[in-house]
Amino acid sequence: MKKLSYREAIREAMIEEMARDEQVVIIGEDVGCYGGCFKVTTGLLERFGTHQVIETPVSEEGLVGVAVGAAMLGMRPVVEIMYGDFSTLAADPLINHAAKTHFMTAGQFSVPLVYRTPMGSGTGAAAQHTQSLEALFTNIPGLKVVYPATPIDAKGLLKSAIRDPDPVIFLEHKVYGTESVIPEGEFTIPLGLADIKRQGKDVSIITYGKTVFTVLKAAAILEDTEVSVEIIDLRSLRPLDTPTILESVRKTGRAVVVHEAPQFGGFAGEVVAQIVGDEETFRALKAPVARVCGKEMPTPFNKDLERQLPPSPQAIIEAVLALFPSAV
Amino acid sequence: MSIAFNREQGLKSLTLMIRSRLFEKKIEALFSSHEMHGTTHLAIGQEAVHAGVSPALDPEDWILTTHRCHGHTLAKGASVEAMLSEFFGLSQGLSKGLGGSMHLVDLEHHNGGTSAVVGSGVAIATGMALQLKRTGSHNLVVAFFGDGASSRGIIHEAMNMASIWNLPVLFLCEHNLYGMSSCATNMVSVESIASRGASYSIESRTVDGNDVEVVYAAVQEAAQYIREESRPYLLETRTYRLSGHSKNDIRNYRTREEEAAWSQRDPLKILKERMIARGHLSEDDYNLLEKHEQKSLDKIAESLAKQKRYLSFEEASSYVYATGGSR
Ligand SMILES: Cc1ncc(C[n+]2csc(CCOP(=O)(O)OP(=O)(O)O)c2C)c(N)n1
Ligand SMILES: [Mg+2]
Repeated sequence: MKKLSYREAIREAMIEEMARDEQVVIIGEDVGCYGGCFKVTTGLLERFGTHQVIETPVSEEGLVGVAVGAAMLGMRPVVEIMYGDFSTLAADPLINHAAKTHFMTAGQFSVPLVYRTPMGSGTGAAAQHTQSLEALFTNIPGLKVVYPATPIDAKGLLKSAIRDPDPVIFLEHKVYGTESVIPEGEFTIPLGLADIKRQGKDVSIITYGKTVFTVLKAAAILEDTEVSVEIIDLRSLRPLDTPTILESVRKTGRAVVVHEAPQFGGFAGEVVAQIVGDEETFRALKAPVARVCGKEMPTPFNKDLERQLPPSPQAIIEAVLALFPSAV
Repeated sequence: MSIAFNREQGLKSLTLMIRSRLFEKKIEALFSSHEMHGTTHLAIGQEAVHAGVSPALDPEDWILTTHRCHGHTLAKGASVEAMLSEFFGLSQGLSKGLGGSMHLVDLEHHNGGTSAVVGSGVAIATGMALQLKRTGSHNLVVAFFGDGASSRGIIHEAMNMASIWNLPVLFLCEHNLYGMSSCATNMVSVESIASRGASYSIESRTVDGNDVEVVYAAVQEAAQYIREESRPYLLETRTYRLSGHSKNDIRNYRTREEEAAWSQRDPLKILKERMIARGHLSEDDYNLLEKHEQKSLDKIAESLAKQKRYLSFEEASSYVYATGGSR
């Protein structure tokens, strides 16, 4: 075992895959000597050269489109877009093209592309650099969407994403310094599997990405009030590991879904629908399913206001306690 | 095709450039000491562009700028106090602390704000020009963009629309040789971005962006052309960002020699030496001016740093929709 940061884990996954297969190519803005906006690609150009590291102009729509085309002829591009917010610019090649090419050609072409980009607030970068736009992609058949929270998951999922024959949206949070221990050597984590971060019996909290850490904090505090929390880190939003969610909620009878993106129309709605749409799980519910999500507001620059946007441990604790009327 | 400022014009321009330079240095210091948060993009070395553009316009002409917007905002007329308040996130800031350093906006001085999605602002500026034209205004809109942003498709789309619709837009390319770490020589297919004007039948020109008199004259001419001919114009100013791209930039993509060579062409130095040669300024005058500006800046910064007047969450929410509220 060894300790790696989230940043290093992502980098290590790319290095291993690039060394294994020269068709794995990093494409993005300032991914060379600058190391990318968040310094994830540091050292890759020096090690693999311009054959496997391609620096592009500021042309998000174009560079993602180019990556889609190259992928159709056998490249396995790993595209880096500096901020998830610019996914709006990359949306056409991803949504109208990458997601549909395999289908529209009846399987004659596939697009084995990975689209890496960081999402989320907490950086003071204001409204155009802090959004959580995963719901743009989760409603698109043909795309796979993963959002690892921990270094180990980031490494294992990125390696699987690179080897996957379909386009994979690989979302990252911006706490790139987060460390954890990682096994030495080769391992992968399959797409589509949730991870039970913590076993519990009273309530299931379902989340993904950075808010996994917020939920862990809340659960530790709830333990003192004798509420036993089970935490499910989805890791993969599409495909979604519905069986793991349902099994947990059937056991606990209570569910809270947490994410940083605004609540209205957010991915939590899908998770809730999966829970209440399953008869056996629905019958097992002892309380309404709750959501704790981001506020319905673009990210303000002001630090104090920005801090109030994403779910806080306190808000999660309150939502959980509200499911136990007698305990409040 | 330059003009020679008289003493008064020269002093005004020099004062603005000094104010901008000191402002950027102040911001840099406040960021390093963590008194300010977020990110910031300084325009040190590019003062001749912002001091040459807005002062050459009709005050009711609009500008729309980029992530690197401090100098432009100052030059268009915003007060140091209103700007710094925004940096501190205060409720008396230019956008009440909701926008921050990349999103300075100042309607009072016809500054339409920024897009920090580089290049996207050019279409917004073009739309503003469409509306000015529709409503019979004689004013124009300056659409600032960088050499990096010039690779965004939207800029090309906007230029084409401005051309077919004869819109009063001054496309102003602030070519500082780099977009983050990427040198224009590797990223832009033409030596001169102005040469792309021809693709859209847009008049264009490249000028020395470190010489404020040159920029000023070029903008005056371009503005006159836009108003008289009812056509857009593309002006490329060649300059250099002496600062890093944003905070914590180790600048490993360029050499210290290159920076030193451009420092020799520091726009403040160029104007200062020229004014001294013309007998419009002495070394002492300059030092006094700098001291005065520094003192007033320090005083404002010091008083704002202590303030904590922020919007409440409810007040912030009320701006999500024009009809109020967040849903
Ligand atoms: C669409 C988009 N892509 C990437 C970025 C990240 N980014 C911020 S500034 C910048 C460089 C822009 O270069 P240029 O247009 O030359 O402006 P300069 O920074 O030199 O003023 C980049 C790539 C962004 N803000 N928007
Ligand atoms: Mg530039």
